[in-house]
Amino acid sequence: MSNMEKNVADVNINVKHLTRVEGHGNIVVNSTKGRVEKVEWQVPEAPRFFEAMVRGRHFDDIQTIVSRICGICSISHSLVATKAVENAMGLEVSEQTDMLRLLMHYSEQLQSHVLHVGYLVAPDLFGAPSVVPLVGKAPDAVKTIIRAHRVANQWSELLAGRITHPITLIPGGMAMIPKEAQLLELAETLKATVRDLLTIVDVVLSVAANLPAFERPTEYVSLKQDNPPTYTFYHGDIASTDGHVVPVDQWESVANEHVVAQSTAKWAKWHRQSYAVGALARFNNNAPLLSPLGKAVADKFGLKQGACNPFMNNVAQLAEAAHVVEAALELIDTLLTRGLKPEKVTVQPRAGRGSAAVEAPRGILFHTYEFDSNGDCVAANLCIPTNQNHANIQLDFEKFVPEFIGNGEDALRLGLQMLVRSYDPCISCSTHMLNVEFVK
Amino acid sequence: MSKPRVAIFDFACCEGCQLQIVNLEEEILDLIGAVDVVEWREAMAETSEEYDIAIIEGSITRPEDEDRIRTIRSRAKILIAIGACATIGGINKLKNNFDLDEVRNCVYGEAGQMEHLETGQTKAVDEVVKVDYKVHGCPMTGSEFAYVVRCLLMGKTPEIPDYPVCVECKMKENVCRWEYGEICIGPITRAGCGAKCPSAGFRCFGCRGYVDNPNVEAAKEVMDKYGLTVDDLRSKLVLFGSKQRPTYE
Repeated sequence: MSNMEKNVADVNINVKHLTRVEGHGNIVVNSTKGRVEKVEWQVPEAPRFFEAMVRGRHFDDIQTIVSRICGICSISHSLVATKAVENAMGLEVSEQTDMLRLLMHYSEQLQSHVLHVGYLVAPDLFGAPSVVPLVGKAPDAVKTIIRAHRVANQWSELLAGRITHPITLIPGGMAMIPKEAQLLELAETLKATVRDLLTIVDVVLSVAANLPAFERPTEYVSLKQDNPPTYTFYHGDIASTDGHVVPVDQWESVANEHVVAQSTAKWAKWHRQSYAVGALARFNNNAPLLSPLGKAVADKFGLKQGACNPFMNNVAQLAEAAHVVEAALELIDTLLTRGLKPEKVTVQPRAGRGSAAVEAPRGILFHTYEFDSNGDCVAANLCIPTNQNHANIQLDFEKFVPEFIGNGEDALRLGLQMLVRSYDPCISCSTHMLNVEFVK
Repeated sequence: MSKPRVAIFDFACCEGCQLQIVNLEEEILDLIGAVDVVEWREAMAETSEEYDIAIIEGSITRPEDEDRIRTIRSRAKILIAIGACATIGGINKLKNNFDLDEVRNCVYGEAGQMEHLETGQTKAVDEVVKVDYKVHGCPMTGSEFAYVVRCLLMGKTPEIPDYPVCVECKMKENVCRWEYGEICIGPITRAGCGAKCPSAGFRCFGCRGYVDNPNVEAAKEVMDKYGLTVDDLRSKLVLFGSKQRPTYE
């Protein structure tokens, strides 16, 4: 360390309200004479108290309320809430409903991944402050990204009734189903989108060397579905790369939200000090089940199961973008073969407690609700992906700063910003607040 | 004439309305060409303290946020509130129906009284500062936003509907949601959404706020006709209509 103390300039990084992420986060690093004194990932987002606000609301209004937790993953929030309500009410949905919801859910993965990699991450890789200057530099690439994003949104609108905050999800079924002709048209559009996705993959590949070479082994947590084996976003159990599997209704024993001794923060941890959720977690648990095109995309970047470079989450998102398009084409085929028919839904409310999980684009998402015999909500507990990642981001910071401090303050600041962005955080989602204090 | 400088700011919200700007897709390239976007944290790294038009998303829920919105107002010539959180307080106002200390404890347990979890009554933007234009909805409709911005660039006043959703719903020839036994609040909710929800088989839950003079008597007649009580209606109005208040003068 004595050499470093002589050679390394003092570092004083204070990024207030990190840009190009959803929600508000701060980065603070202080280092004097090569000695790291403070490394903090802070979240100053205004808390919104959804778990308190749903109390007293009727079971059929829950998905409408909690959808508003997040604009980017509103479909995931509506879906998981609807599933949890159905679980509490003892409702089984038809196979048709299940397939249409899954098709809706895939559209959000594509929309969110294209938005994240194309609009929020790519500028870093090209050394630009935003996607705006890239319009002039690489108009074709930007237009390809916009086109893929528009296709994903139109796909969402067909199944969810509109792009953001779904209006077709009701406990027990769907308020509206698409026409077969519309599904056929969607299939044609998606086939044409494969080419655009591969263009985006090549554009990112051309600058992939700018993703920092940084690794930190951690526990990766996601859904896993064995019967039938599926690269799942929607069904299955909670699984970890440390080899553990538990049913979804036991999610509270996975997240273990807790207060640590040196901090007032609530962190999530399972078998290690922290865990990670998101595309890389899903990939690490399910990689052999990716579609052929998804595998091909991962191969192009040399992404292999067991990867522990958090920056590779961006690459896992690209692989998933290709996967969901292929999976959707198969699903549409099945739906059209069976034929779509209108279904009538009637629900008799009952008292009960229900839990559910889905994979939001940025990681596994848990909702639990309790209802009285009128079907009015009496309690809720929600656990959002970004909350589960905060402690992991903090621990990444603590390893990243000493490794990259030699590159100077500007490079370190950019590296830390890119590191947070790679998690695709959705900080507005975080219903629990984190305030991390770490002094070495 | 130089391009107007535009800055976009967010307060307590889901950021879904900013997303509707991104969701303009190809059209956003034209809009960005007509203005000079100087700050937009969710999409850009740049920041600025000088702007002509401030676009505000989200509700005001903390004293520090009241200070921030006042500063933004003092710098902007024109202030546009986008989305229900900013225009009427939105879903965030559900919180105002509870004791705020109890709300903090409900979500955070023993840690709920920590200083950084301070929260106040949720306010729409115009309960704190003057708002020049509102783009309603949860989320706002991207095309309506583009229309308002185009009007401002051309020096015109945008026309926002002041008639109920039922007008648009009837034009779509939808069967009334009340006929399905649902409590739909289209009769008193501001149109402009194209009756998207009832057209998708889902009751209107009032995300665009009330029309300026809701016809309460007619609403009561509808309740009587379908054998429902004011409490039934209230339980649905509360989602987006919790304590909508007169606007800042």
